[in-house]
Amino acid sequence: MSSSVVPSIRKDFIYKLISEGKRIDGRAFDEYRPIKIETGLIRKAEGSARVKIGNTQVLVGIKMDVGEPYPDSPDMGVLTTSAELIPLASPDFEAGPPGKEAIELARVVDRGIRESEIIHLDKLCIEPNEKVWIVFIDIHVLDQDGNLFDASLLASLAALYTSTVPAERFELGENFKLPLSQDPPISCTSIKLNNAIVIDPVLDEEEIAEARLTVATDKNGDIRAMQKGLSGSFTIEEVKNIIKASIINGKKLREVLYKSIRGK
Amino acid sequence: MDEQPKIAIPSMIVGDAKRFRPGRGTFEKNGKIYSTRLGLISRQANFINIIPLSGVYDPIPGDTIIGVITEISPTNWLVDINAPYPAILHVNEVPWHVELGETSKYLKYADAILAKILLVDETKKILLTMKERGLHKLNGGQIIEIQPLKVPRVIGKKGTMISLIKKYTGCRIIVGQNGRIWIDGRTEGVEKATRAIRKIEAEAHTKGLTVRIEKLLKSRS
Amino acid sequence: MGMKKPEDVVLFKDNKRIDGRKPDEIRPIKIEAGVLYRADGSAYVEWGGNKILAAVYGPREALPKHIQDPRKAIVNARYNMAAFSVEDRKRPGPDRRSIEISKVISEALERVILTEQFPRAAIDVNIEVLDADAGTRCAGLTAAGVALADAGIPMRDIPVACAAGKVEGKVILDLCKEEDNYGEADMPVAIAPLTDEILLLQMDGHLTYDEFEKALDLAIKGCHIVSDMQKKALLKKYEEVLEVE
Repeated sequence: MSSSVVPSIRKDFIYKLISEGKRIDGRAFDEYRPIKIETGLIRKAEGSARVKIGNTQVLVGIKMDVGEPYPDSPDMGVLTTSAELIPLASPDFEAGPPGKEAIELARVVDRGIRESEIIHLDKLCIEPNEKVWIVFIDIHVLDQDGNLFDASLLASLAALYTSTVPAERFELGENFKLPLSQDPPISCTSIKLNNAIVIDPVLDEEEIAEARLTVATDKNGDIRAMQKGLSGSFTIEEVKNIIKASIINGKKLREVLYKSIRGK
Repeated sequence: MDEQPKIAIPSMIVGDAKRFRPGRGTFEKNGKIYSTRLGLISRQANFINIIPLSGVYDPIPGDTIIGVITEISPTNWLVDINAPYPAILHVNEVPWHVELGETSKYLKYADAILAKILLVDETKKILLTMKERGLHKLNGGQIIEIQPLKVPRVIGKKGTMISLIKKYTGCRIIVGQNGRIWIDGRTEGVEKATRAIRKIEAEAHTKGLTVRIEKLLKSRS
Repeated sequence: MGMKKPEDVVLFKDNKRIDGRKPDEIRPIKIEAGVLYRADGSAYVEWGGNKILAAVYGPREALPKHIQDPRKAIVNARYNMAAFSVEDRKRPGPDRRSIEISKVISEALERVILTEQFPRAAIDVNIEVLDADAGTRCAGLTAAGVALADAGIPMRDIPVACAAGKVEGKVILDLCKEEDNYGEADMPVAIAPLTDEILLLQMDGHLTYDEFEKALDLAIKGCHIVSDMQKKALLKKYEEVLEVE
């Protein structure tokens, strides 16, 4: 199915459904599509995970290298996140360097992971001021059907939790599991459509959404990252409700994540 | 119903040129007929044709289609017809008298229209018309897209399948040859019609489809 | 090609290769058609340790307008390696090697696609290497062939590719990573299997004329084996479409 202009009729119909309490794919306003998480798919990567949320598919690979630390944190490892909206994933994605969407996606996922400090960067120092481990998170979107934020963060986390630091390859001792804390930030993305808030937007909904809010929370229900997107606005009340719903959904999604990495 | 239709893939031999002629989706070489498409082998008279199982809409003059306005200029509109090429609708080919520069008064960006393919030239430039009876701007309802090749199955022999859907959902339904379908009615009816059409799209070439669709249409939800 | 082989790497022993294969044996291959939701056609190939995804969009309007060809469709193959697909992370984006591979694959595909049926259009083929293990361009072209058929693109034949080469003086089929690194020749070949027309041919290393003939013969045999698998994958996917309940 190739891209085309969304006919106003379709937008009006989706709005009509919303006013009747329904969504285009029959879900409830606060319901996620089926989520599937698989890890350990890419042998060449230090860790990898593929997440499917409905038809959306994101693959994340973790690679590690040895390099210089940042000058203001000489004994800490380095984290860097990038995302590619590869042309394979949608008729609307063009080949070329990452555009605004890809960069925003990478930075939001990066903030969620960095600000929650789940990677023990202090344990990734090899020689202070000289050599540290660099962790690369590469987000590769494979199939775009809405809600790339949540899929990308979940895939990044599942990949990190199943990653091994390849010390042997660099002759720096034995391989060891990437040191992580057990409280991953989970994001929940909502959009505003016809004055209603729905969670986990499918592409048909995202294309006509007025505004979008992604909220990442930890297991205590504290907020770790937020990003509003699109050019509409939220009322203060709406923002508060979205955050509360994100805390609840965050807990559910955290369980899904744990199940996928158990024993690995 | 007949035996299971056979699937052809590009380069597969689908017939003998001594007994048959190469039809759509085939070519002849060294006395054999080969398929160029992924599709079902079908024999009509002494032609072997391939009914494609996937592919884009190929516009043919006379086809009724549902288009979406993508660009407006003083003397025409550019229309997305779900084909590899945009189509042109001239101000001379609409039922209204359009003053110069007033094109957007009649059809705006993202409006949907029911139109006919007037002409396709060798460079695949496509011209549309709305001047015939029954062609008009579409208002309200919902537009869904299916693979254009499944359209005949959604319509059914002599329109039997589409009549069945209309009957049980109470909806007005217009099927464009280009795979776009307009459905209008009560929300529950539109949702049910959509489900039925998606099921036909997924199971277009299976046996007993009509029975299963009838079952879906009669069911409560 | 041409890396210095460490002492402990044994490429040949008792007529068995480093991974236990015979000289004319291909690595294990798995092919699946129609694996993506948005793409018009798609395929996934596992070939040895390679994991490759191919997706086709089109035919669709070729843009910008000035690149349109009024006589036929333009075939744009884009070969890309994911950053995490190789041992030393690759910086995202096309490098010179990817651009060259994209070009030779586009040219190979153009020969079998009936491009005259779609003047002014573009057929975009995206080949994404997710996990690399030598022979990625052959596996990528093979995946592209299946994705094109899945997308309903009319073709005279389904293109397929396989490489042959030379290791410790012996001509072998389908080089693995170590053979690619430490061997003496590597020759990827793509054909249209109905006629054995050669669509892609590259060579790197050193072969005598006799060795070349043997290698080409082996590569073509390899192509036919893989071609059967492509066809089975397409038939399997679409036979499921015909069955129900």
